[in-house]
Amino acid sequence: MGAQLRVYRRRMRSVKATKKITKAMELISASRIVKAQQRVNASTPYANELTRAVSAVASYSSTNHPLTTTSERPIRAAILIISADRGMAGAYSNNAIKEGEQLAALLKERGLATKSYLVGRKAINYYRFRNREIAGQWSGFSDNPTYENAKEVANALIAAFVADAQVDAAGVDEIHIVFTEFKSMLTQNAMAKRMLPLEVVESETPAPAGLLPMYEFEPNAGVVLNALLPRYIEARVFNAMLQSAASEHAARRRAMKSATDNADDLIKSLTRLANAARQAEITQEISEIVGGADALASASTGSE
Amino acid sequence: MSLKVELVSPTERVWSGEASFVSARTVEGDLGVLSNHSPLFGVLVDGAVSIKGVDGSITNFNVSGGFLSVANNRVSILTESVGK
Repeated sequence: MGAQLRVYRRRMRSVKATKKITKAMELISASRIVKAQQRVNASTPYANELTRAVSAVASYSSTNHPLTTTSERPIRAAILIISADRGMAGAYSNNAIKEGEQLAALLKERGLATKSYLVGRKAINYYRFRNREIAGQWSGFSDNPTYENAKEVANALIAAFVADAQVDAAGVDEIHIVFTEFKSMLTQNAMAKRMLPLEVVESETPAPAGLLPMYEFEPNAGVVLNALLPRYIEARVFNAMLQSAASEHAARRRAMKSATDNADDLIKSLTRLANAARQAEITQEISEIVGGADALASASTGSE
Repeated sequence: MSLKVELVSPTERVWSGEASFVSARTVEGDLGVLSNHSPLFGVLVDGAVSIKGVDGSITNFNVSGGFLSVANNRVSILTESVGK
């Protein structure tokens, strides 16, 4: 076998092996998207009920709760970035990190210092490589977050928020979250949202004023808000994590699909090249044989 | 008139349907809800929640903390985790 042909065959083998891996990863991600989507859907009733409850309590009671009041002179803001633990997901982590950078720039314009809370090894490595300060970091659950994970993150954020930013260097006045919204299998959007102070937004059109329930609070509105708001933040963080996880799988599936397609193309063109090389080899051998026979024939006719 | 009841946890909708009576334990003490209860929002402590369905069957859940809100014959119980 010619040297050229051998080189082509070797490259084809290696591309084929890579293709098997990317194909497997694509299939795994495809099956996990469905599961992740189901988890997002399963967590929606709780989040919706909680949002209803928070809007009800916040709009019908006049309690001034630290978690709902905006600081007059904000000096520090926390940014929670949710990224992936593993790569091979295209620009998924990069998009979230970039969105976080933009948000940080925006906050700086407003004169706020930022503190970074990071979820996922990709964001942590990005910050560590640039020697930036990390206020909190969590990793190891980006593709399958549990409520306990969300709780851990939320607790750290709430603790920082409750601490007075004016006197305590660990305190923050605002909390922003950067996550990847799962719109559909094909569309995922990195987006930044302010979590605290609360912007209680009602998605549905508000009920007519006469029908609004005047809640009685047991024991009283202050206690209810105290208990409700941490749960609300936890649910928001949990929902963001689940959506990000679903987006991560979708992004990985897409990246692996295009890798598999590229491998297919590569194999095809390598096969063509290898065929051409083999054919050239054969042609050369034939012409050598024919040339040799000709030479022999003409040599023998010449001698006669 | 029956109550529309939803019992939800962060990971799933545990129970939903029509019920005639719901009882739960709030920080102030045991609380029973029948239809046409006035709007109420309560903080729950760890304990049992029982829901009596319109067909008379009683379902018991063990909740760990959470909230109960009642308005317009709609009861929603939010809890972090549920055991049977």
